[in-house]
Amino acid sequence: MSPAGKIGIVRPYGDTTGDGRVQLSFTLPVPFGDESERARAEGAALQLAAKMGMDPAMVVHAKGMGPDFTFFIVYGRVSHVVDLSAVTIAEREFPVLPAAEVNLRIRSALGRKLVVVGACIGTDAHTVGIDAILNVKGHAGEKGLEYYREIRVVNMGSQVAVADLVARAAAERADAVLVSQVVTQRDAHLTNTREMAAAFRAAFVPETPERLKQPLLVVGGPRFDPSAAHDLGIDKIFGRGTTPSEVASYLVHALASPGGSGGMESPREGEGAA
Amino acid sequence: MTGKLDLDPAVVAQARELARLAGQPVTDLARTHTTVSVERAVLRLAGLDGADDGMPWVNRLTDAVRESTGLEHGVALPVWDAMLTGGYPDLRTLAVDATAGLVKFRLPAGHEAEAARDAAARSVHKGISLIDDRRAERDRMIAATSDPPMPWIYLIVATGDIYEDIPQAQAAAREGADVIAVIRSTGQSLLDYVPEGATREGYAGTYATRENFRLMRAALDDVSRELGRYVRLTNYASGLCMPEIAALAGLQRLDMMLNDCMYGIIFRDINPVRTFIDQRFSRQVHARAGIVINTGEDNYLTTADAVDAAHTVVVSQLLNEYFGREAGLADAQLGLGHAFEINPEVPDSFLLELAHAQLVRELFPDAPLKYMPPTKHMTGNVFAGYLLDAFFNLAGVMTDQSILLIGMMTEGIHTPFLSDRDLALENVRYVRHAAGRLGASFRPEPDGFVAQRARQVLAEAIDLLRKIGSQGLLNAIAEGTFGVTKRPADGGRGLDGVVEHADGYYNPAVSILEGAEVTS
Repeated sequence: MSPAGKIGIVRPYGDTTGDGRVQLSFTLPVPFGDESERARAEGAALQLAAKMGMDPAMVVHAKGMGPDFTFFIVYGRVSHVVDLSAVTIAEREFPVLPAAEVNLRIRSALGRKLVVVGACIGTDAHTVGIDAILNVKGHAGEKGLEYYREIRVVNMGSQVAVADLVARAAAERADAVLVSQVVTQRDAHLTNTREMAAAFRAAFVPETPERLKQPLLVVGGPRFDPSAAHDLGIDKIFGRGTTPSEVASYLVHALASPGGSGGMESPREGEGAA
Repeated sequence: MTGKLDLDPAVVAQARELARLAGQPVTDLARTHTTVSVERAVLRLAGLDGADDGMPWVNRLTDAVRESTGLEHGVALPVWDAMLTGGYPDLRTLAVDATAGLVKFRLPAGHEAEAARDAAARSVHKGISLIDDRRAERDRMIAATSDPPMPWIYLIVATGDIYEDIPQAQAAAREGADVIAVIRSTGQSLLDYVPEGATREGYAGTYATRENFRLMRAALDDVSRELGRYVRLTNYASGLCMPEIAALAGLQRLDMMLNDCMYGIIFRDINPVRTFIDQRFSRQVHARAGIVINTGEDNYLTTADAVDAAHTVVVSQLLNEYFGREAGLADAQLGLGHAFEINPEVPDSFLLELAHAQLVRELFPDAPLKYMPPTKHMTGNVFAGYLLDAFFNLAGVMTDQSILLIGMMTEGIHTPFLSDRDLALENVRYVRHAAGRLGASFRPEPDGFVAQRARQVLAEAIDLLRKIGSQGLLNAIAEGTFGVTKRPADGGRGLDGVVEHADGYYNPAVSILEGAEVTS
């Protein structure tokens, strides 16, 4: 640990401890034509850098892009410091397990296959994410969930209506529902996720006679805040770069922990990830 | 520029023959079936436009015909019979009455059938003549401005708002783009109708509509005249309305269209049979309109490994070539796709990329190949990404690719910033300026690593084509041969819109397009 780390305060490192030097690039809607325009543009960039805490700042590159815009690269010293003791991190609450261990735990805890229903909901047609997690081929050198002997995968594909997803999850007696959301325009990923969570809550009333338990709701996509699961009404969010084994390990942790509360009969409140 | 890999012409000919054998049964299927979208395209070519409360009149009228007489004989005979017997002044009026349940459609016989057939052919011929006029107009525009040298620089705009897209597209053209692609709203491929009018909202793209096509083409005509360089416009003839979008593209003088024989099946889970039927008709229209199609093989490498699956790209290209030529496309209209997607951690990854790109160049010497930049291994390290994009540009100029889609260092992070696009253009300008003539001096060592790898990929492609030929293309797709996604022939969306021809099926558009001389 560095000396700065010991006292819990660090600054950005350029080439000397504590120099606070950073780089920044951005565009301003200002012209970069004649000499006075150029001077004004660079001044504008320096003003922004100063307001962002860079002092002194230096414009090392400025380039006009068409008649109305200028691109800047700025280096400078930031006045801010980082207090390491005030950093909060979300630790992964489960270990990543090899496939054989995942299969073993499902078999011993559930005594049957774990059922996963996957889909892209709403208008999202980008199945690359869900396919990377579900398809045998997998992702990043790992096989997808179809490869796990004790997991049964139903991949509904793209642009699935929420009502269809709920119906299929019930029909398949799904233990978990995996939804991928790539499109984020106008926060579509958040709207769709909330809508899905509400639909599952409405459909799976805990007191139904057949005691069909609401499946675990898992959402993945590159632009989610991983800590927002509770706010969105779901159980788990996976972000960019998630591998199939992480998802499989999470499902085992949440649904088939040894001596845990996995299985159709237990109330979901007993589950670690709920 | 060909002949650097010493490919055996007999082997190349064998690959083409195997592709033909694999594709022929699917072509037979497409010749004997129609779809709701093919029939709606006939009505669009005959001039039926507009919508009823958001649903196009072509959908309303086709649905009405399907309910009363079915589509086994096509829409043309029942529709123009109703036009003649009901004394309707135009298709719109008929569509309004048909929607209200006021029209009794029937299948005419004898001289009444003759009359309906003649009237239908005359109406559809007007639409096809308009497509011919648009094609001539393109030639005149190119003559009045200029045709940029290849490789063409291909840039994407995608704001969702056509009025926001227009200034962005014009700015991109001024910065050096030769081709503008307006990315489609992500939901559109699975809509079974074409939206109407100018649109200002879309998810991750802008809806493809006839009015949006017209507005953007007009804006690019303005900037083409300003720059003295013809700027091409691209959109997407894919999804459930592929035939109709192809017709609208021809009517509004789009220049290139994304149109792959299997993309919708693999990546959008559209029914395979529906796709192949729609694809054949859309390509017949593209052939007539002088539109260059762009195929989507790059997508396979985003799900499969770019080294292991290199031969599936070649197989798909050979199939796209077979289906394209069968539908009347000239080689100069076959923008076959491929991509620079090998993991940069793989030893000799750039040599492997060169081998693949050169192989494709030599297999399809007259095709305007479309080369796609890295996406899968763009990590968020924008500096490394910028370097990788430079290597992509270098591979593109070294192997004489025709259309370069410009890579963004922020790929996968956000829709490109203005500055991302500017830096990307600076990257390709540098590479072209510094190494534009390197291709002429690039001679892979005979039997060296590059030449051997290219021959290996071709051999693997031949093996796979042989396997596809023996099991059937539809079965191969069902088993996950392409893009590692399994798509059974009876699955996916749109199968309920497929209809087998009855005896006497009549489609005036197909008759005209198949009877016409194919010009390049």
